Amino acid sequence: MFDQIAMVVLGLISLAAAIYAMYAKRVLSAVIASGVISLMASIMFLIAAAPDVAMTEATIGAGLTTVIFLYALKHIRSRKGDKHD
Amino acid sequence: MIKYILIVAAILGFAWLLLPLARDFQVAEELPPLASEYVQGSPRDLNMPNVVTAVVVTYRGLDTLGEVSVLFLATAGIGYFLKRRHHRKHERTPGSEIMRTGAKFLVPMIMVLGIYIFSHGHLSPGGGFQGGVVIASGILMLIMAEVQFEVSHRLLHWSESISGIAYVSLGLAGLILIGMNHFLDPRFWAAGPYLALFSAGAVPVIYSLIGIKVGSELASVLASIQDEGEEV
Amino acid sequence: MIMMITGLLLILAGVSIMLYRKEILRMIIGFTVVDTGIHLVIVAIGYVKGGTAPIIDKAVSAAPPAMAGVKALTRVVDPIPSALVLTAIVIGLAVTGLMLAYAVRLSKYGNSTDISDYEEQKW
Repeated sequence: MFDQIAMVVLGLISLAAAIYAMYAKRVLSAVIASGVISLMASIMFLIAAAPDVAMTEATIGAGLTTVIFLYALKHIRSRKGDKHD
Repeated sequence: MIKYILIVAAILGFAWLLLPLARDFQVAEELPPLASEYVQGSPRDLNMPNVVTAVVVTYRGLDTLGEVSVLFLATAGIGYFLKRRHHRKHERTPGSEIMRTGAKFLVPMIMVLGIYIFSHGHLSPGGGFQGGVVIASGILMLIMAEVQFEVSHRLLHWSESISGIAYVSLGLAGLILIGMNHFLDPRFWAAGPYLALFSAGAVPVIYSLIGIKVGSELASVLASIQDEGEEV
Repeated sequence: MIMMITGLLLILAGVSIMLYRKEILRMIIGFTVVDTGIHLVIVAIGYVKGGTAPIIDKAVSAAPPAMAGVKALTRVVDPIPSALVLTAIVIGLAVTGLMLAYAVRLSKYGNSTDISDYEEQKW
């Protein structure tokens, strides 16, 4: 019973973050939203009794992917002079 | 305007393709036959409590070999695309005071946590890939905090190559020592007591080598993406 | 069941992010969202009702190792989709890193991040 409610709440937060990533004005906000989606997915894997997958998704999805996105954003921003969006 | 109509039509068509998966789905009541074979065989034949590690390293070992080679190819591609900046060390700004103090305190603990995760992969959730990523994130914290910290690319290349060669030669050792159709079989090493650290054959050694390889690959990717720029 | 519906909706949302926006980085973010949705769908297939994590120690069955697997058969979740998703997450990271390196070089060459500025490559 408590598991079902937690799953529904996590699913709604993930979908809200995905819709926010589509309509956000700045790319930085969309990158943080994709990190939030990976974090919610990692908690959902833990509730569904798969701890190896939860650990892998938390480190790689919410950690390393966001860091590599931020580095690429820094290099793209320093090429052009101004921000486009 | 017509672009939006076409996009909505494409999304609806895709949803109609995925609909039978949601409609005919029922939560399973018991394990499928292949999964019950693996769950029974893992503590009996391989002496390993973690069944997911048994599937990844032994029963589907060829998939793990392919994954390690895909990771190697992607790292080589990233290193090829990004130029390296030389003699620009004075342009890196040091981290703030909180980051420098925190890095001195936290980095040894992060490294020990990473080594614990990949060496206990057969006893508790974890394994080579998770431990490697934790070690790479510890090295990233050192890169961001200190200016004088220079990652030596030669050391990373050597450790990655030696780990990869050792992993493949352990797989070939199973082929030579046991029989002709036992590639990547870890039973040639002695199996210790159940739930001890040195048990389950060669699996701790294999997972530690995979952990070192993944950690040095990702640290090399992060260092080269940090240093990217024009050549002097 | 809820996990599978969330996964399918995330796949649809990610595909629509890839089609709707024109900057390169937004398309790569959409690709990451599709990847996460597919992993949710695969792990949702392997769930057994009322099951626990597939690690056979004394909490699951307190029998000697030769017989522990038989007692654990009725209480453990399917381990095979977990192993497949473990591989898939790492490969998704490798492909995302390669796409980002390509995007950085492309933006330096053409001096723009809008995908419709690179039309001289088509013919």
